[in-house]
Amino acid sequence: MTDNMTENINLIVGATGNWEIVIGLEVHAQVSSDAKLFSGAATTFGAEPNTQVSLVDAAMPGMLPVINWKCVEQAVRTGLGLKAEINRYSVFDRKNYFYPDLPQGYQISQYLQPIVGEGEIEIDLEAGVVKKVGIERLHLEQDAGKSLHDQHPDLSFVDLNRSGVALMEIVSRPDMRSAGEAQAYVKKLRAILRYLGTCDGNMEQGSLRADVNVSVRKPGGELGTRCEIKNVNSIRFIGQAIEYEARRQIDLIEDGGEIDQETRLFDPKRGETRSMRSKEEAHDYRYFPDPDLLPLTFSAEFVEDIARSLPELPDDKKKRFTEEYSLSSYDAGVLVSESENADFFERAAKGRDAKATANMVIGSVFAGLNKAGLTISESPVQADQIGQLVDLISDQTISSRIAKDVFDLMFDEGPDQGRNPADIVDEKGLKQVTDTSAIEAAVDEVIAANPDKVEQAKEKPKMAGWFVGQVMKATGGKANPQAVNQLVLAKLGIEDQ
Amino acid sequence: MGQDTELTALTLSQARDGLRAKEFSARELTQSFVDRVAASEKLNAYILQTPERALEAADQSDARLGTDDARPLEGLPIGVKDLFCTNGVRTTACSNILGDFTPTYESKVTENLWADGALMLGKLNNDEFAMGSSNETSAFGVCLNPWRAEDGEPLVPGGSSGGSSAAMAARLGLAATATDTGGSIRQPAALTGTVGLKPTYGRCSRWGIVAFASSLDQAGPITRTVRDSAIMLASMAGHDARDTTSVDMAVPDYEVALTGDVRGLRIGVPREYRLDTMPSEIEALWQQGMDWLRDAGAEIVDVSLPHTKYALPAYYIIAPAEASSNLARYDGVRYGARKMGVDIDDMYARTRGAGFGDEVQRRLLVGTYVLSAGYYDAYYLKALQVRRLIAQDFENAYQNCDLLLTPTTPSAAFGLDKGEADPLEMYLNDVFTVTVNLAGLPGISVPAGLDAKGLPLGLQLIGKAFGEEELLRAAQVLETAAAFSAAPTEWWTKS
Repeated sequence: MTDNMTENINLIVGATGNWEIVIGLEVHAQVSSDAKLFSGAATTFGAEPNTQVSLVDAAMPGMLPVINWKCVEQAVRTGLGLKAEINRYSVFDRKNYFYPDLPQGYQISQYLQPIVGEGEIEIDLEAGVVKKVGIERLHLEQDAGKSLHDQHPDLSFVDLNRSGVALMEIVSRPDMRSAGEAQAYVKKLRAILRYLGTCDGNMEQGSLRADVNVSVRKPGGELGTRCEIKNVNSIRFIGQAIEYEARRQIDLIEDGGEIDQETRLFDPKRGETRSMRSKEEAHDYRYFPDPDLLPLTFSAEFVEDIARSLPELPDDKKKRFTEEYSLSSYDAGVLVSESENADFFERAAKGRDAKATANMVIGSVFAGLNKAGLTISESPVQADQIGQLVDLISDQTISSRIAKDVFDLMFDEGPDQGRNPADIVDEKGLKQVTDTSAIEAAVDEVIAANPDKVEQAKEKPKMAGWFVGQVMKATGGKANPQAVNQLVLAKLGIEDQ
Repeated sequence: MGQDTELTALTLSQARDGLRAKEFSARELTQSFVDRVAASEKLNAYILQTPERALEAADQSDARLGTDDARPLEGLPIGVKDLFCTNGVRTTACSNILGDFTPTYESKVTENLWADGALMLGKLNNDEFAMGSSNETSAFGVCLNPWRAEDGEPLVPGGSSGGSSAAMAARLGLAATATDTGGSIRQPAALTGTVGLKPTYGRCSRWGIVAFASSLDQAGPITRTVRDSAIMLASMAGHDARDTTSVDMAVPDYEVALTGDVRGLRIGVPREYRLDTMPSEIEALWQQGMDWLRDAGAEIVDVSLPHTKYALPAYYIIAPAEASSNLARYDGVRYGARKMGVDIDDMYARTRGAGFGDEVQRRLLVGTYVLSAGYYDAYYLKALQVRRLIAQDFENAYQNCDLLLTPTTPSAAFGLDKGEADPLEMYLNDVFTVTVNLAGLPGISVPAGLDAKGLPLGLQLIGKAFGEEELLRAAQVLETAAAFSAAPTEWWTKS
């Protein structure tokens, strides 16, 4: 189900009526590559300052850039993943400006002729709604170094480790209408990049950051003047920045002011945006084709080879999960958000009830990891253990309730001691009671002790549930719930509904 | 003194043959040049002398000479334009902004030369960042032309490779490296009675050469003979994976190409190069050049390069545009000179204001202007269109001929301070040479005669892309016919 044409339900209420937010994103994604875009220097995060700098990165006299084909391949791979047009002829331009962490005095980027053209991605919104967001372009460019202002009382220092690292700038159409949509877009884009292996998506380390363009308008009206919020580096901050900025713009307009087209910064400590430079102060970047580099060209076969090696992407995987495993769209969406999560689920679900497995993975594994602050690769419980646990429920060895306890035990024990769920069940005597006479005795006991409730149940058959609960309690949860249910109904003389 | 004079009088090929025949040693040869360079400081051709390094390399060459380890340029002392980065040897592009910058790397071209056994006498003067036609913009001061007018007026050696051309005219080395962005090899060669070869764009690697205008810069030799240029180019040229614009093509043996046979070659004479303002003696020399080549069996054909008049303006847009970006790295942050300021912008302004000379600043301003929003289409884009038309002109002309013959410069060497009043007049020096850079073609200037004041004049041959063999062959025929043997009176040596 797509929802591009339906009415925007994310309107913001202002003093003069409703307002609509219009959002476009420029995401800078660091290309996963051992070497920089135009030099052989390494790209390891967290290295000592200025230890990953070649003569080219430091812009020594007479040094020349040479394209790293690994980065080109990654950009094409990403373009294919975004279902975008691949430009087999593109041009590197120089974007000229002075800054101490920009050694060449220009950034090599792609201006008029990027390597990837139009594409689109689908974002998953609440209630299973899917929305298409257009991709305008993707281009390759160099990252700058980093200025260090806290090393000396009067001087700033420069670390050039990042200088020349390859970035993909992925520019969306202004298709998003709420902070939630923008966040869903970044999540989805990040998932695609990680599936493709073209960017690790690590926002804390700066591998993925976004420039957020925000404007507001009356629904259906002309586009408003936009402000660009630079370098927002977490999904939460993207949401906060948009919420703040939209409210700021609405208040300003409603107070009779005008929006200045400007570049703003988001301050995460105060949760607000503030002006960085106005349109008048904007740089004239004097773009022109870099004469040190020939136009970037490659063959159709180059693209086809990459296309053949693409992995299954989140949307396809989700579709397959709903079809092959009969999962709900929501559950499938949750499972495919990270390819490692999806793999975990598939390993656990192999040859057994997929729906029950999905419930266990989402309800127990993900919840447990989330609470413990762990990633799936750090999970104390392995996929095959989950599979076995599901089997124990399916063959009625234990109930779902007991299964939860077993899971918690395994989770706390961790992978080192990691016992199989069956062993735990045996050891702790958690095996479900299927012996009808034992259950019958327990049912009789409850009925005998609660004659008033028996009377009520005859009037109101739903009261049977209360008896089932009491029996389960009395048997420490080990009784087979179906058996208990049938016996209670029979003893109370209520027909099975 | 007798032998010293003899050794420094040798051409590169003669010295090579003499070393191989063990007529003298590399140390003797090098010592002669080291002494002569030291005695010729008045010319200001060398801005840095490296005698110890030269003599040490000479001894190593002597050990190799006569063995199988001897290399093509074994033991031959040469000078290096200060635009080439030399490992461990100060490299400044003759600009204050580079201060005492000493590279930790070697340019590909000089690396090739050292790998072939050549050795370095020192670094040669040039216009600051190769921007100039008189060597007067150098932070080290002007290099003087060994040639002087009859009245003794000092003259410029041309530029930007003025140190290279002056050194060759004064016999301060067997060859010199140079670079040519708009005529910086050929014009100074013409003004000093030497041979200057600008190869096809992409023939030599630009890696490690301080950039002026990346799409136009090309390294080449200045020598005393065409043969010497052929020998030098064979070592300088070659593919380099570190320069994307260098071409992966085998380097021919250019010396073998010098057969002296130009029979059947068609030499085009572009009518648009006949300027109204051209002195009659240059016109006459040009005619003489046609006659010489015709007498040698070539055919002279009239050709048209209709967009020639737009070349100079297009060049003076494209070259400064690229330079304004290429020179942005000289910001005082990482190396070279720095002038502290109250903040970063102030530091930039002070550093670049003090570090760059007037001509460089002028071109950076022009380049910044033509690339700026609102002017890009009118200037830069238009200039690129002109550039394509000029390249097309040459392609059309080469349908009817094999090489082109033109004067190298509109005048002989001139006096100092000529460009001070009107920089545009100085730019006119490049009128016959810039088209070649815009089209990326090879060109060579050969000394062809003297003007009325007794100053050398050059003729230029222009070849097809990667047609250096044919170009050198015809150039040598021209050289032989011209039999240029005049030499400047030696006024500059210390007694």
